[in-house]
Amino acid sequence: MATTPAEPRSSEPKTNHIGLTVIDYKGGKTTLCAGCGHNAISERIIEAMYDMGVQPERVAKLSGIGCSSKSPAYFMNRSHSFNSVHGRMPSVATGAMLANRNLIALGVSGDGDTASIGIGQFVHLMRRNLPIIYIIEDNGVYGLTKGQFSATADLGSKLKSGVLNDLPPIDTCTLAIQMGATFVGRSFSGDKRQLSTLLKAAIAHNGTVMLDVVSPCVTFNDHEGSTKSYKYVKDHEEVLQTMNFVPHFEEIDVEYDPGTTVNVTMHDGSHLQLRKLEEDYDATDRIQAITRLTEAHDKDEVLTGLFYVNTKSPSFLDALNMVDQPLATLPESVTRPGKEVLEAVMQELR
Amino acid sequence: MATTDVVPQGTGGQLGRKRIVNDMSIQVATVNGSGSQSSNTVLLRSIFQMGVPISGKNLFPSNIAGLPTWYTIRANKDGYIGRKKEIDFLVAMNAETAQDDVMSLAPGAAVLYDEPLALEKLRDDLIFYSVPYDKLVATVCPEAKLRKLVKNMVYVGVIAQLLEIEMGEVEKAIRKQFATKAKAANLNLAAAQAGFDYAKASLQKRGVFYIERMDKTAGKIIIDGNSAAALGCMFAGCTVVTWYPITPSSSLVETMIEYMKEYRVGPDGKATFAIVQAEDELAAIGMVIGAGWAGARSMTATAGPGISLMSEFAGLAYYAEIPGVIWDIQRVGPSTGLPTRTSQGDILATAFLSHGDTKHIMLIPCSAAECFSMAAEAFNLAEQFQTLIFVMSDLDLGMNNWMSDPFDYPTTPIKRGKVLGKEELAKLGGFARYKDLDGDGVGYRTLPGTEHPAAAYFTRGSGHNDKSDYSERPDDYEDNMERLNRKFETARSFVPRPEILKGANAKIGIVAYGTSHWGIIESRDQLRNEYALETDYLRLRAYPFTREVHEFIEQHERIYVVEQNRDAQMLSLLKLDLKPELITRLRSISHLDGLPLDARSVTDELSTMEGK
Repeated sequence: MATTPAEPRSSEPKTNHIGLTVIDYKGGKTTLCAGCGHNAISERIIEAMYDMGVQPERVAKLSGIGCSSKSPAYFMNRSHSFNSVHGRMPSVATGAMLANRNLIALGVSGDGDTASIGIGQFVHLMRRNLPIIYIIEDNGVYGLTKGQFSATADLGSKLKSGVLNDLPPIDTCTLAIQMGATFVGRSFSGDKRQLSTLLKAAIAHNGTVMLDVVSPCVTFNDHEGSTKSYKYVKDHEEVLQTMNFVPHFEEIDVEYDPGTTVNVTMHDGSHLQLRKLEEDYDATDRIQAITRLTEAHDKDEVLTGLFYVNTKSPSFLDALNMVDQPLATLPESVTRPGKEVLEAVMQELR
Repeated sequence: MATTDVVPQGTGGQLGRKRIVNDMSIQVATVNGSGSQSSNTVLLRSIFQMGVPISGKNLFPSNIAGLPTWYTIRANKDGYIGRKKEIDFLVAMNAETAQDDVMSLAPGAAVLYDEPLALEKLRDDLIFYSVPYDKLVATVCPEAKLRKLVKNMVYVGVIAQLLEIEMGEVEKAIRKQFATKAKAANLNLAAAQAGFDYAKASLQKRGVFYIERMDKTAGKIIIDGNSAAALGCMFAGCTVVTWYPITPSSSLVETMIEYMKEYRVGPDGKATFAIVQAEDELAAIGMVIGAGWAGARSMTATAGPGISLMSEFAGLAYYAEIPGVIWDIQRVGPSTGLPTRTSQGDILATAFLSHGDTKHIMLIPCSAAECFSMAAEAFNLAEQFQTLIFVMSDLDLGMNNWMSDPFDYPTTPIKRGKVLGKEELAKLGGFARYKDLDGDGVGYRTLPGTEHPAAAYFTRGSGHNDKSDYSERPDDYEDNMERLNRKFETARSFVPRPEILKGANAKIGIVAYGTSHWGIIESRDQLRNEYALETDYLRLRAYPFTREVHEFIEQHERIYVVEQNRDAQMLSLLKLDLKPELITRLRSISHLDGLPLDARSVTDELSTMEGK
């Protein structure tokens, strides 16, 4: 038998800081169309969760109905997942977080699921500032029902059949900021670096993260005349800032110029460095954020980046002042008051 | 001031000579928002404290202030606490309805009215007492602003004097009502005393009704069903409550908030619960389901319109098998209907709430004590069967005052059902979420956050196999639906059994449920005493029906199903369950006016149907 040298150590699978490999974050095989932007987003989620060393069992994946809402089956099989009803994932997510405050809620929705049928629950989720990462995989059309407009389709955008959209879009980012979400941005499924960075910062945030990710539908909305196609986004994208994320378990080793770069310290101690491309833009200013977004619409820009961040507001769960242990696992000795309590109440009622 | 009593004519003429003791109903007609609730509660409690069984029913408009409202107190020595149709003693405080109120009385009834209303001219077969409320109030309440609030307490004193209710008990009831407000208590006591003194000096008792001390309320409590349910849920270990305000269910959660703040907050000020007001009923049930999925004991309370809105989510909970408790405090539908009137009109819609082949377990309390005890049963069943449990109360039960035995501390421990933790998973190596390992149709679940790589599964409302993987295979779908049916069949043996009361060799049976119970037990006595009709009686306490229900129907020639809806909804459910030859035994008695069921209506209809 030939003697071959032992495999070098370096070929052992790479692990993250909690000792898991990227395989531990994988999901099932996608059933979405080849080239669908949603698959790229799933990849970025896997990457961000792996890089941040998130224990997969702590994550609860939640979704509504639609192509986007199917995607939680295609990443992180070691996380519980709940594919609920159309447009109502926010309430299910809220309930889950009330039951177990230690979960990391990852909501995946679509533009129809959020801005059309789900707009009611969406705005109320935003105003509660529930700790959740809420991702809209935004392609402007309904895929599963074969290509009707959703409420994020731009005015004048054209369907494959030639039908023009004659209603203005709902800007989910503007809405989220107005309602009280505390980490709001827009990205593009094709922008690996920006989306990855935003997702990692999202994991580090305590409060509602709302990320609108433009994610072209290659089957129904990637043609000439669509404003959600790969080409349109590439031609019209305006990037607000470049970002660098330093997780809490790593040392900051990059010098930055405080004149051009803003350092945001996240809830878990991570740092998000925002290098401004637009000189005066301040991502902690809600009013400026809304103004800039409105301007982007008027100029037909696809504006991407982190529009607004607020690390100070208490989250919904903080405000409820619950015990530290998840409500879900509290023992009877804590959740059922004693006999003497019932006797006291009965005495009052006599 | 002279009395304005009118000696009753005709049938009323003889009334002065006999005494009717501890058997009457007193109706107070006022204006919504006038603060009469305190006076009515004091009157109710005063009689209760004298040992006389009572019930108090509020008939109120869907309005904040200004519309007519009636509060009826029934005192009954035999313990009948259902509604009585006839009013024996009217307190007419509302000018707007006074004429109609007086005209609808039976001859011989008494009317206590505000002097300026001059009602004595309307009829000559009633007993009239007039009271100059404004003058009396002015003497005891110098502050003009407060007079409106204490005016109502004057009639409590007048009635106390006329019916011989002890003023000591009135005082005790006032002190209890205003326990934290000594000044208000004193002011109200003075008003009641002024009424009492006035009646003593100026009114001549002509009526036949009296309250006498007896011993039938010792140790008992007075509570409304919603408060009882709130307490029940607290002792059931409920941890998440999400809700949207809707009459008549709001007070359930509002009372629960009070109790939970007092008894479920640790010494460090931290709560062992979360109560969230949602943006609508869809969100309320969505949160219940999310919380149930993640392991909380979650609940909401609603009424018909909310039930309709919850339909889609109810199907998800059924199909994805998620526990939760939904209280339906039924009111009159369809649509907005009569929001402040009572009904049993949600039975059929709730049994099958949602599209597809969906069916749900319902528990049906008839009393405050059952609102309390069924709360614990509902949460245990929800987790045992991993499904929604609907508790079908109604406005009469939920919002009215009921006399009750004190509640028993729950003896059954909190049961969390088939939940696998990390230790079990370590032993098993994995699990299939919807696999029927035990033959009862119930699979094993895990909770999000369980620290084991094999803990996770994918919950979905779309087609799935027993591993909870997406599946459109015909056999997977069919197997799953058959297993869900098996689970529902298993539940038959675990839901609360009916209460059965037997007559002497009765050939006919009565089936009823919920608050109809109180009318039925009184009606059975009327049928026996007035028509020599013996009846057996089965009170349903749950759906699906248990074995006893089938047996009861088999044992009787004719079955009268009494319910408070138009379409004989429970009877329809029975039809689906019974052998074809038994279906013809069922007859419907339906009560449809939005008022609590009274015994007389049942007696009249049943005796007629029996050819009597």
